[in-house]
Amino acid sequence: MLNKLKMEWFGNVKGDILSGIVVALALIPEAIAFSIIAGVDPMVGLYASFCIAVVMAFVGGRPAMISAATGAMALLMVTLVKDHGIQYLFATTILTGVIQLIFGIFKIARFMKFIPRSVMVGFVNALAILIFMAQVPHFVGISTMTYVFVALTLVIIYGLPRITKAVPSALVAIIVMTIAAIVGGFNLGTVGDLGEITRSLPMFSIPNVPLNMETLSIIFPTALGLSIVGLTESLLTATIVDDMTDTPSNKNKESRGQGIANIVVGFFGGMAGCAMIGQTVINVKSGGRGRLSTFVAGVFLMFLILVLGNWVVKIPMAALAGVMIMVSIGTFDWSSLRTLTKVPLTDTVVMLVTVITVVATHDLSKGVIAGVILSAIFFAAKISKLEVSSKESEHRTVYNVKGQLFFASVQDFVNSFAFKGKQDFILIDFSEAHIWDDSAVAAIDKVVLKLKEQTSAEVKLTGLNDVSDKLVQKLATYNKPNAKPSNH
Amino acid sequence: MYRKILLAVDGSEHSKRAAKHAINVASLVPGAKVEIISVIDLSKVKTEVLHGELKQKRQQALEEIKSMFEKENVSYELKIERGNPGPTIVSFANKHDFDLVIIGSRGLNSLQEMVLGSVSHKIAKRVHCPVMIIK
Repeated sequence: MLNKLKMEWFGNVKGDILSGIVVALALIPEAIAFSIIAGVDPMVGLYASFCIAVVMAFVGGRPAMISAATGAMALLMVTLVKDHGIQYLFATTILTGVIQLIFGIFKIARFMKFIPRSVMVGFVNALAILIFMAQVPHFVGISTMTYVFVALTLVIIYGLPRITKAVPSALVAIIVMTIAAIVGGFNLGTVGDLGEITRSLPMFSIPNVPLNMETLSIIFPTALGLSIVGLTESLLTATIVDDMTDTPSNKNKESRGQGIANIVVGFFGGMAGCAMIGQTVINVKSGGRGRLSTFVAGVFLMFLILVLGNWVVKIPMAALAGVMIMVSIGTFDWSSLRTLTKVPLTDTVVMLVTVITVVATHDLSKGVIAGVILSAIFFAAKISKLEVSSKESEHRTVYNVKGQLFFASVQDFVNSFAFKGKQDFILIDFSEAHIWDDSAVAAIDKVVLKLKEQTSAEVKLTGLNDVSDKLVQKLATYNKPNAKPSNH
Repeated sequence: MYRKILLAVDGSEHSKRAAKHAINVASLVPGAKVEIISVIDLSKVKTEVLHGELKQKRQQALEEIKSMFEKENVSYELKIERGNPGPTIVSFANKHDFDLVIIGSRGLNSLQEMVLGSVSHKIAKRVHCPVMIIK
């Protein structure tokens, strides 16, 4: 146990420190941009990224995963912040943590497997679209110089890696464009126009909100949405790290960890966060494998803000928008466009419905829920295809039932029988079928009784597998005296 | 001659063809051994997680290549590495003193190839031993 902990922390010191620094540098522009999306001071996102990264280093279930302030979460907070203010955001953040902690304790993480891949694809695509859309007001229709700055930022971001990969190109782009803006004296909007950077460590404080039912009714819906979105992105990211490093992770511990981190963040003036796919991939690719990498990322980020805070406010919004355009391009799952026509139509529909729901509501949790429900319906429709074939001879009819008999397929089942004509003996063969629920048994009752009544034959069931047989024994009424076909 | 052969595969049709030629070369030299290296590209893991069928396809192709070796009775060893495919294969090849490196001419993604140049080209340039690129 102690050995494992030592490995997780100090098994890869050099790689972890280097990758942690790279991640910290890449986190700064994102933390600021996500704060601006949420409509709060940049410090709220920066404090959140610092606190979450450091806390997750200790309590996370997936070493080397980077958690911080994220776009997915920021998008959900916009309305709450606008209508009720920052103190309510802190309270919501704490409640989000509590919900996630409960999810983790009750091992809800295992239900994540009910989120189909097509919903996950929809999730990342919708996230990418929303991040991009959030940048539009910062560069469209402001001035020609703004367009030039965005374009130059993108040129540096995508061009520099062809020359050197030693420094993160997004950071170089930010630095170069900030210097260009200051030296050139261009009249461009800066981070400083949208909020303040305070060069101090986060302080403990209790959110200043009345503790009553009214507050709860304001913050609970947002907190629940944040919990779902946070866990969705975190557990998806954890799976990606599992695959990248070929090591397992504890998803329930991760959920508990996210909860603890968000509770702490709420008390230290930060916004709720979760794991970040992009930053995590950067961390692992840069050599990060252990908890130390996450810890270094958080601490170094805070150090940079304390030292460079005065410069951060001078970053032109156009450069930041350029970086965020890159983030959204990196988030989008481009291969889903290529496979659009190759995957089953239902998968494509689920993916598109998820995206459309999110873009329409600006709420990723609603998209996930819509996607999951739709895939459940498609799945039920797919497996509810039931076939009943019949063989008729002079004295007996044999029905062969093939498929899954449950609430969605009972209608087809009942309609497959001929309830007329005289017959001596009717056999219903279930050897290629499975009976799942009481609707199925009720349907069998109905069929048997109706067959008896209409054809005055003797009706027998055969070939039921063990589970199906037990269910029929327990619930069926057709062989009880005075049984009548029910009307439903 | 070619006793220690490195075969680099990525699960594409081209790499299956390369495997066939590796078997041909290895069967000419008694006691020859083929090491198969398959590099999991860290930048593509996200795509593989979101599209499980891609991972399945890659694993299936690897199984096919393995059974090709077993059928022809050529001794082999499979190494799965993680990282950036080009540099990872180059450093593996140069570290272990191979007599020959065999690789398919083209990989899975033609678009990326156009922009970044092909992995096989990079390998041919940087590996110290002879490199055989299979068309």
